[in-house]
Amino acid sequence: METVRYDSVDDFGSHVKRLKASGLARRRRVLVCCGTGCLAGGARGVAEAFAAQLDRSRQAELNLVVKRTGCHGFCEKGPLVVLMPRGTFYKGVKPEHVSQIIERSIVGDDVIEELLYVEPGSGKPVAGYGEIEFYARQTRVAMRNIGHIDPADIDDYLLRDGYAALAKTLSTMTPEDVLSTIEKARLRGRGGGGFDAGRKWRSCKRAAGEKRYVIANGDEGDPGAFMDRSIMEGDPHGVLEGMVIGAYALESHEGYIYVRQEYPLAVEHLQRAIDDARARNLLGDNILGSNFSFDIEISRGGGAFVCGESSALMRSVEGKVGEPRAKYVHATDKGLWDQPTVLNNVETWVTVPRIIEQGAEWFAGLGTEGSKGTKAFSLVGKVKNTGLVEVEMGTTLREIIFGPGGGMLEEGERGRFKAVQTGGPSGGCLPAAQLDLPVDFDTLTRAGSMMGSGGMIVMDHSTCMVDVARYFLSFLVDESCGKCVPCREGLFQMYQIVSRICEGEGTAGDLDQIDDLSRAILVGSLCALGKSGPNPVLSTLQHFRDEYRAHINERRCPAGVCKALITYRVVNEACDGCGACLKACASSAILGTPKKGDTFNIDEAKCDRCGACVTVCKRGAIAVG
Amino acid sequence: MEQTGPSSFNITINGRRVEAARGEVVLQVARRAGIQIPTLCDHPAVEAFGSCRLCMVEVTKEEWKGWKGLMTACLYPVAQGLIIETDSESVHHVRRNVLDLLLARCPDSELIRRLAAEYGVTRTSFVQRENPDLCILCGLCTRVCETAATSAITTTRRGHDREVGTPWGGPPPDCIGCLGCAHVCPTGHITFEDKGLTRTIWGREFELQRCSDCGKPLPLTRDQVDFLARRQQLDPSYLSRCADCQRRSVAQTMGRIARWHQLGLVQEEAEVAQ
Repeated sequence: METVRYDSVDDFGSHVKRLKASGLARRRRVLVCCGTGCLAGGARGVAEAFAAQLDRSRQAELNLVVKRTGCHGFCEKGPLVVLMPRGTFYKGVKPEHVSQIIERSIVGDDVIEELLYVEPGSGKPVAGYGEIEFYARQTRVAMRNIGHIDPADIDDYLLRDGYAALAKTLSTMTPEDVLSTIEKARLRGRGGGGFDAGRKWRSCKRAAGEKRYVIANGDEGDPGAFMDRSIMEGDPHGVLEGMVIGAYALESHEGYIYVRQEYPLAVEHLQRAIDDARARNLLGDNILGSNFSFDIEISRGGGAFVCGESSALMRSVEGKVGEPRAKYVHATDKGLWDQPTVLNNVETWVTVPRIIEQGAEWFAGLGTEGSKGTKAFSLVGKVKNTGLVEVEMGTTLREIIFGPGGGMLEEGERGRFKAVQTGGPSGGCLPAAQLDLPVDFDTLTRAGSMMGSGGMIVMDHSTCMVDVARYFLSFLVDESCGKCVPCREGLFQMYQIVSRICEGEGTAGDLDQIDDLSRAILVGSLCALGKSGPNPVLSTLQHFRDEYRAHINERRCPAGVCKALITYRVVNEACDGCGACLKACASSAILGTPKKGDTFNIDEAKCDRCGACVTVCKRGAIAVG
Repeated sequence: MEQTGPSSFNITINGRRVEAARGEVVLQVARRAGIQIPTLCDHPAVEAFGSCRLCMVEVTKEEWKGWKGLMTACLYPVAQGLIIETDSESVHHVRRNVLDLLLARCPDSELIRRLAAEYGVTRTSFVQRENPDLCILCGLCTRVCETAATSAITTTRRGHDREVGTPWGGPPPDCIGCLGCAHVCPTGHITFEDKGLTRTIWGREFELQRCSDCGKPLPLTRDQVDFLARRQQLDPSYLSRCADCQRRSVAQTMGRIARWHQLGLVQEEAEVAQ
């Protein structure tokens, strides 16, 4: 490859122009999703099969390129292959499908019906990427490039107008222009708190200090959330570009990207992007020949959830134990190494170039009055289409879950929507009555949950809300750093109380005690982890109090989840004596002979309530109660 | 941070007007005014930490239009017009819960029992810890060790499993046996023993220094003398005498000086003569 280095903005501009005019840009593209979800599904084999069967000369001959891209977001259906520009979308692709795809859809002009996605609503296969409801109902701003580019190829990013915002910034804008653009766009931080980014930048700019730092928070830790991961893995240059623009506004020269330990692919792609950007003079000294210099280093977390909290994150970057400290003096005044620091989430950073490119008015025109723009969510749980969804702020929960989400996964009574958990462990569960709430920072907070970083876990009636509260509490008890008493001891004791309720040993005073202790933890804890720690319990108590009461007063778990409160029973009228349950039962608790007409019984003393019998029974002859 | 503005403020604590200087925190000002705020993790030898949450006070300002927040007095910087309540119901609610939780953790600690009783808690309402010890995890020991000594001990693990410990649980290689940790421990959790010329702490034995004059054991370990000599550039001989011998030596010097004067000698000559 030719070595390219941009000594000026003009230099950059003419290179991008040449790039876009080149034959390479006009080639057809075979996009093989190599996001983490698809890789787990075997995408590497698919990509290798394409590479083996289509070498460089064959690719040139067919006028196409094969690209390994980041996450397309539709992880449920992976591994995914998309043929551009036609937009043919193949799901569940295996290496053995590759030769057929090449023959029929690349050399030929045919569509392979078995590999098409079938819309659950209509039952019809859909050929085009853009026609699939999952994508058609999204507005992608932060995730604009993911899936369309090879994250390891900087030219791919440039072909999608990458670094154009940076060139615009350096050639036509003053730092003050950038700052006021972000202020006017009313961009709020995407990491959880929803703090006004422009205000944060402004107070950092005003603060006195020897130098200023810029940090991207990629320590995404909420169970079920993977938006930031996909952005870092699939569009690393987008994050870098946003940070460089931010640093220019703040007149900062050093930046860090803090990536959690569990994201090795994100680190690999980000490092590659940093190296490539440096080589092209898009990062480092005198960027694009200007007087502005800025460089970025990756800092890796050690696997602690609390390090996503800003003050703990900064201690961790400094090489100290990642523990939060009081924020009476803000990080914008005294952050990393006690210098003024701006910390924003990666999704916030990746949005910045889009705002510079398309203008503050465009961004402020999206979303609601208080929450502008779009938000990425990772939609998981009991929905048909799990994956990454980016929608305009103000879209209702119902529109997300039953739109791109495709509705509930299971049919029947137990498959009905029960609650959606938003905001990660610090968020809360919202019931069916609140499905029409518009999703924005303030509405969710008012409803007793929060936006958080964008995790969305959908639950149906097979979920016990007390058990959900217990799960999130156990997560927080594990992840509390243990520095302050209310979080360390308080959440632990709260977990004891909720566990007691799940185990059928709840007492009349438990709910009052939860209430009293919650209030102390909420106001008494040192950092946001503790200050929002009781939320999973409080929000389930608020919306599902009856379920708690059933556990305590009637020793009954309505969802049939809490083992101590349920029994399994064979409904012999429905049983056909196939004996599948007998084989499935690991504790030999089912008594009977596998033949039609025999009566089966479950020995309660032996039964460990694993539910294996329910899963294997085809006739629904095992009752839980 | 705004670096300009007045260097002192008027703040109100429990209805009293109190003068405070820029850079001070609420706890300092309150204590100077004789207003008691309980603390467990605060100590003049180390920086404020904010972990025990006992010193929480209610903070507001007139312009906050009725909004009040609970803040830790040990960390909250003073500002013009602050209105502080140190004993309101919401303050007591947090303190009562904190002490109730600590009582579940350390039911045998005299200090915690006394403080808890002051806030009306005589029995914990939570699940008491199995095999409790006296450690309330205030972190004073590790912070003193970090500030004044060698960071030989630290907190290990997270959350409810957090504990004060040594590297891999063994005798700490960097420990100098200074007893700083044991002296700041508010509950007496950290124990040590001086027996003859041997000091034992954290499972490690240290050799105590003898007084270079009388030979009595000194309350100083050899590692500690080495450390102080190295870090404070102290003359090791300064630390080699016991207090009695030090006094005696000073008295002898004073006596000598007095005699020189009687004899009309100046020091140099006296030294030459000797």
